[in-house]
Amino acid sequence: MNATRAIAAHELNRLFVSPLSWTLLAVTQLLLGILFALSLTDISLNPQTVGEYDGISAIVGGGVFRFATVVLLLVVPLLTMRAFAEERKSGNLDLMLAAPAPLWAIVLGKFAALMGYLSLMFVLIAAMPLSLALFTPLDLGLLSAGLIGLWLVMASFCAIGLFVSSLTREPTLAAIATLGVLMLLWLCYAVSTFDWQPVVLGTTLPFGDIAHALSLIGHHDALLRGVFSSADVLYFVIFTLGFLALTIVRLDMDRH
Amino acid sequence: MESDLKLVAQGLVRDYAGRRAVDGVDLSLTRGEVLGLLGPNGAGKSTTLRMLAGTLAPSAGRIEIAGFDMARAPLQAKRHLGYLPEHPPVYAELTVDEYLKFCARLHRIPRAARRDAIAQAKADCGLEDVGKRLIGNLSKGYQQRVGIAQAIVHRPDVLIFDEPTAGLDPNQLRGIRELVARLAANHSVIVSSHILSEIEAVAARVVILHHGRVVLDERPSGIAHIPAVVDITLRSGPSTQTLAALAGVQSVESTGDGRWRVVAETGHDIRSALAETAVHQGWQLLEMTSHAPDLESRFRELTRDVPDHAA
Repeated sequence: MNATRAIAAHELNRLFVSPLSWTLLAVTQLLLGILFALSLTDISLNPQTVGEYDGISAIVGGGVFRFATVVLLLVVPLLTMRAFAEERKSGNLDLMLAAPAPLWAIVLGKFAALMGYLSLMFVLIAAMPLSLALFTPLDLGLLSAGLIGLWLVMASFCAIGLFVSSLTREPTLAAIATLGVLMLLWLCYAVSTFDWQPVVLGTTLPFGDIAHALSLIGHHDALLRGVFSSADVLYFVIFTLGFLALTIVRLDMDRH
Repeated sequence: MESDLKLVAQGLVRDYAGRRAVDGVDLSLTRGEVLGLLGPNGAGKSTTLRMLAGTLAPSAGRIEIAGFDMARAPLQAKRHLGYLPEHPPVYAELTVDEYLKFCARLHRIPRAARRDAIAQAKADCGLEDVGKRLIGNLSKGYQQRVGIAQAIVHRPDVLIFDEPTAGLDPNQLRGIRELVARLAANHSVIVSSHILSEIEAVAARVVILHHGRVVLDERPSGIAHIPAVVDITLRSGPSTQTLAALAGVQSVESTGDGRWRVVAETGHDIRSALAETAVHQGWQLLEMTSHAPDLESRFRELTRDVPDHAA
């Protein structure tokens, strides 16, 4: 555990002395801030959109969180590419591998540091819809479900990014591959909305349902609508742990 | 004797996709010993060192560091190990102090002892004045020293330096050489290089690797101090046979233009006899230089590619 803490502190330190992470933080905040302002402007110009079911929490909160997922899709690969690919390329990974730190501590330390950084982003994102509480009553249950979902999405993106980063020694390759995988997960959600029931050998395949079950975004969507189901949360937890475990396996393969 | 062995490696083998990079290497290192690992490029030096450092698993063989088996108890073994890879594993964006603090934490130095450990490592490596500077702004020589400081901060029993002098200018080179000699007082050190003079300068023991095998493992002893090879230049020299007939001379080789390379029999110091003879015979001795045991020619000989190696 000491090694995990040491590595996490070190990685966080490195993140915060790098202009890349500050720029990412600033760009994310700018984009989401603009979207937040736009959706508020929209509501004030067309107050009739606030209906019986879709309150201000769902419209503004849901909109910001959904857009945040898209931004994360682009931001996370740039963060995770450094974790293993860049470290391997520079030879710095040897420092940790030759130190009395087990592989799981290295992976967990890097994951914790990235989540620490993303949590800062998370707080900034959460502050926007929550600031509306000063002016209007909010559906806090709905917002917290969405926020939990956002945090879980961050963790799963991060885990998958770490895994892809551990596959290669080229940081740019890691970033692009991670982006590709995340986009595929996104597409998976789009596919799940198709009304397509292929019949194979006399049985109807629940194609849409399968795609929906696999899609990360689909599970997030339920949380955004305020439906907090343990199945969705479990999906994210298993997804994250699974990819972290794969990363450890991949690093161990490096030695052999 | 057994407890004095700080590092034991037996039958190390490493295959890369069907190609055998290291083939049955045995090494052992006692307390306070400096071992120089020599070999041409691609001889398997780095692979061997990476296996010793635990960053690469051997395909076969056993490694023990300070009594801990690297495969069974890697964490304990690695606690007694300091490793400087081929490229110093430093972070350009951190200051020397930040970096060494991380390394100290990584090697589980208790918080209370950390400050002293870092100060000591910096003092040993001559880094006192650059603690607050970014590693990326330091010269290659200083970065190399930071890499060494990282390896010694936790005072391990065994230090492994992979080509610590690669790419340094002659002054930096001397600095690193002196540093290694100083460290040898308290640590067992393995230094690899493909430059002979480097190894001769620091190592008390020389291991030469070739095609992944140990072809020489020698501890140059007392005999080493008697120069075995004498280069002489004579203005009106005799024939090669005349020189070869002198007492204590093993072989003579004419290197042209009145120059000869005379190899003495083991244990014979032929320098004064050679000078005296030259004066008596009127050969007009112009120059005489002598070498320590000729590692260079042995290195060349041992690492020459003979057909049965290639098979």
